[in-house]
Amino acid sequence: MRRPPRDTEDSARRINRRALFMGGCMAATMAVLAGRMRYLGIDQSDAFSLLAEQNRVNIQLLPPARGLILDRNGKLIAGNEQTYRVVITREGAGDVDLVLNRLSHLIPLTQEDLTRVLKDMAKNPAFVPIPVADRLSWEEFSSISLNAPALPGVTPDVGLSRLYPRDTDFAHVVGYVGPVSEKDLEGIENPDPLLHIPKFQIGKIGVEKWTEDVLRGSAGNRKIEVNHVGRIMRELERAEGQSGADLTLTLDADLQNFLQVRLGDQSAACVVMDVQNGDIMGAVSAPSFNPNLFVRGISNADYRALMDNDHRPLANKVAQGAYPPGSTFKIVTALAALADGQIDTDTTVSCPGYLDFGGRKFHCWKSGGHGKVDLARALAESCDVFFYDVAQKVGIEKISEMGKTMGLGQRHDLPMSAITEGILPTKEWKQARFNQDWRIGDTINASIGQGYVLASPLQLAVMTARVATGRLVVPRLVKAVDGVEVAIAEALPLGMETSHLQTVRAGMDQVVNGQHGTSYAARIDNAAMLMAGKSGTSQVRNISAAERETGVVDNVDRPWKERDHALFVAYAPADAPRYAVAVVVEHGGGGSLAAAPIARDALLRVMTGALPDPMDYPESQRARIDAMLKDLRLRRPDGSQPPEIKA
Amino acid sequence: MSFLEYRLKFAPTGFAKVFYVNWSLYLLICACATIGWLMLYSISGGDMQQWAEPQMKRFGVGMVLSLAICFTPIWFWRSMSAAAYIATFALLLVVYFFGAVGMGAQRWIDLGFIRLQPSEFMKVSLIMMLATYYDWLDDRKVSRLPWVILPVAMILAPAVLVLMEPNLGTTLMLVVAGASVMFAAGVSLWYFGIVIGLIGAGVAGVFLLRGTPWQFLHDYQYRRIDTFLDPSADPLGAGYNILQAKIALGSGGMAGKGFMQGTQSRLNFLPEKHTDFIFTTLGEEFGFVGAISLLTVYAAILIFLFWAAMQNKDRFSSLLLIGIAANFFLYLAVNLAMVMGMAPVVGVPLPFLSYGGSATLVLLLAFGLAQSAIVHRLR
Repeated sequence: MRRPPRDTEDSARRINRRALFMGGCMAATMAVLAGRMRYLGIDQSDAFSLLAEQNRVNIQLLPPARGLILDRNGKLIAGNEQTYRVVITREGAGDVDLVLNRLSHLIPLTQEDLTRVLKDMAKNPAFVPIPVADRLSWEEFSSISLNAPALPGVTPDVGLSRLYPRDTDFAHVVGYVGPVSEKDLEGIENPDPLLHIPKFQIGKIGVEKWTEDVLRGSAGNRKIEVNHVGRIMRELERAEGQSGADLTLTLDADLQNFLQVRLGDQSAACVVMDVQNGDIMGAVSAPSFNPNLFVRGISNADYRALMDNDHRPLANKVAQGAYPPGSTFKIVTALAALADGQIDTDTTVSCPGYLDFGGRKFHCWKSGGHGKVDLARALAESCDVFFYDVAQKVGIEKISEMGKTMGLGQRHDLPMSAITEGILPTKEWKQARFNQDWRIGDTINASIGQGYVLASPLQLAVMTARVATGRLVVPRLVKAVDGVEVAIAEALPLGMETSHLQTVRAGMDQVVNGQHGTSYAARIDNAAMLMAGKSGTSQVRNISAAERETGVVDNVDRPWKERDHALFVAYAPADAPRYAVAVVVEHGGGGSLAAAPIARDALLRVMTGALPDPMDYPESQRARIDAMLKDLRLRRPDGSQPPEIKA
Repeated sequence: MSFLEYRLKFAPTGFAKVFYVNWSLYLLICACATIGWLMLYSISGGDMQQWAEPQMKRFGVGMVLSLAICFTPIWFWRSMSAAAYIATFALLLVVYFFGAVGMGAQRWIDLGFIRLQPSEFMKVSLIMMLATYYDWLDDRKVSRLPWVILPVAMILAPAVLVLMEPNLGTTLMLVVAGASVMFAAGVSLWYFGIVIGLIGAGVAGVFLLRGTPWQFLHDYQYRRIDTFLDPSADPLGAGYNILQAKIALGSGGMAGKGFMQGTQSRLNFLPEKHTDFIFTTLGEEFGFVGAISLLTVYAAILIFLFWAAMQNKDRFSSLLLIGIAANFFLYLAVNLAMVMGMAPVVGVPLPFLSYGGSATLVLLLAFGLAQSAIVHRLR
């Protein structure tokens, strides 16, 4: 079959036409493809490069070792212990349920643990190690290592955990750490990535919380290259973190232990301060608790027991306990009256046992009255009427102002939790708080530290230090950070006339060392270390007129909750003050009886730097004191607890 | 045209044929293959044995066959067209009834020493068959309905079998490549217009009636179509491949991360990195420059094919060259559009780069035919 040449020519031309058209379409398509490549590879390159890096590089945080907390002599208060734990990764495990099931045969795992692990896994990428169990025994740890082949994705791991070697001694001041909670993260604007590490420990309370930034350190990290399932291919970079700074506190571990043991089971607080630089040498709240329980995760039963205890072991009574200061506040009233010029050293007031004011009787603690008393005697014998009398002349505003000067009614800047401001009432304050007018009776009550006045043991210690030195002593708790001493600003003078201070000091001296002083029994019998102080007994309830008629029920006959608070503030040596102390025994009864002996022991302990010598006590008490001191279950020099003596 | 007609003009014979082979075309093909080997070497992390070496061997065998075809006169191949078409079609039937199941689809005939994928061979057989058909058909009858239905049947019969494997990518390629030959042969544009219109109306109908009581498909089928068309809607499933491919291409930037420095492929983020998605590694390691260079090589190959087709006055040869060009273009366009996230993921390899036997072999055979047409052009 032959075709006419024309036909072939036409056909060939048409083929060429259509071929050209097809070629054009292809060219256009290839241009689109090239354009797309340009869009991906050039226009969007940065975005895709970033995505590729994110694909490839994972950053693992290396948690830093938390800074140590040391006492003023370098004794360890809070350290880190190695703990054996076991972590699991989702990608490594494959069948997570199966692996966890096997694991639960080797180590005890509760249903709660398993739920938590699964929850953490769901929240995190497949390659993030999730802690399954912490604080394993060596046996458990090695049994997991031994069974490693049957436990894919499970890694035994050695981590660091907080340990408080002197468990109860520092519980309130130093506080404790715990795993980061949702609540912890809520308040933080841009949280440290460390906080996202499951079970990362941060300070929850006390020094641990308030110096968290110093102690935590900064995370190191390692950049690792991972493949598509997250398996680590190689380490690209490693930047070691910065361990937290070590913190040296002003506290003395041995003194702290002595005070803790001395307070024992009483609901009490004691603060010992160096008046020269404001160093808090001891700050103890009793009863105490073991912070290690919180680090390890306290059991519900233990927590209930702590919460239900009416002696409130969890409260840091030193800083957060606000008590009516009772007669210890007379120091403030006296200084305010002297400063106001209402009285001088020789002014006397006649005490018939009560002050009749506008038809209302304000009683002195001594129902028969003190007779004629001057300021020194009023302090020594704690005559209430004297202060009733001068306070109404001075007025509440000036008394409160003096209280402020002495360190009451304000939060001292210390790394402790829930520091109370206390209350120094004024007319304005009462108006604002209760919407009531100030009455002169309120002033009279306040003059002896009752009524609205509230102060913490810490504030009372500051007050005592300021009286003793005449300077604005500022309390200090952190002595050094990473070995670098925290600078102490020189305490400024209070701006009071020395004679006023000396008058009050003389009164305080008489409280303890005067034959008629309220706390004569608690004196120190060593001329070089004489104590000066002021007792306080603050009522926690009103004494009705009817009760007064029949005679006030003695403290010991009242239910514990209704007994008076016992307070005592003191400094020593009386002639050259070095240490100040404040003691509050909740519902302890009389300040002289319950609080003053503790203050004396504390001062002797801090002054001698050793267990008090019975020879420094009045002769009649030596035998009893000796027995008491020998009974104290103090820590051994190495910090370990001696065994309990069974009765 | 009869054998005698060829004698009227000059066509090279014997050893002289060597000088008429378009060696530039073979050189470009070898360039593509070399890029492919480099990529395979890189992807396997510097391991020759894993992919690069087997691929080189296959290419070598394919090249020998290609040259053999090249030096055999084109009229011989024309006379073999019908036989090849029928044989391949028979193989497709065999696959359909007895074929081995791989990757969820029935594609291979396992002969023990080689796994044949007849659908790949059909791409060449179909083009040969159609070119022969139009060479035989009187030019004036080309657009008459009966003579249009016949080639359409030739296309659809294997296409339906391949679709049932199921292998959507190859089906589409068969249909479009076949249609390209018909188009080049001069079938009236009306037919193309009507078919495109009908398909458009069908697709529009399927989507417009969605959600109405008259919808054609079940809801789950619609959802499948959705994921198919827009994989990014399913970033952990179907979308994962595309996203990772785009990341690889995009992160290459202008000049790429360097040979063997691609993190996406080396760390296994890329799926099918040595087969269908091999282009992503090229883009990652050699960047925009590398990708455009490959496109340029491909374009040059296409230009050679079209140039040869237009030069050739023999209808069979012209149509064959155009069909091969269309087929080649479909390979690369569908593959590139797919890896660059412009088209749904259908399994189409990148010509001469992707690891795989059948596609490489078929392409080399096709280029052998193309070279034969070039060599035996009447001059």
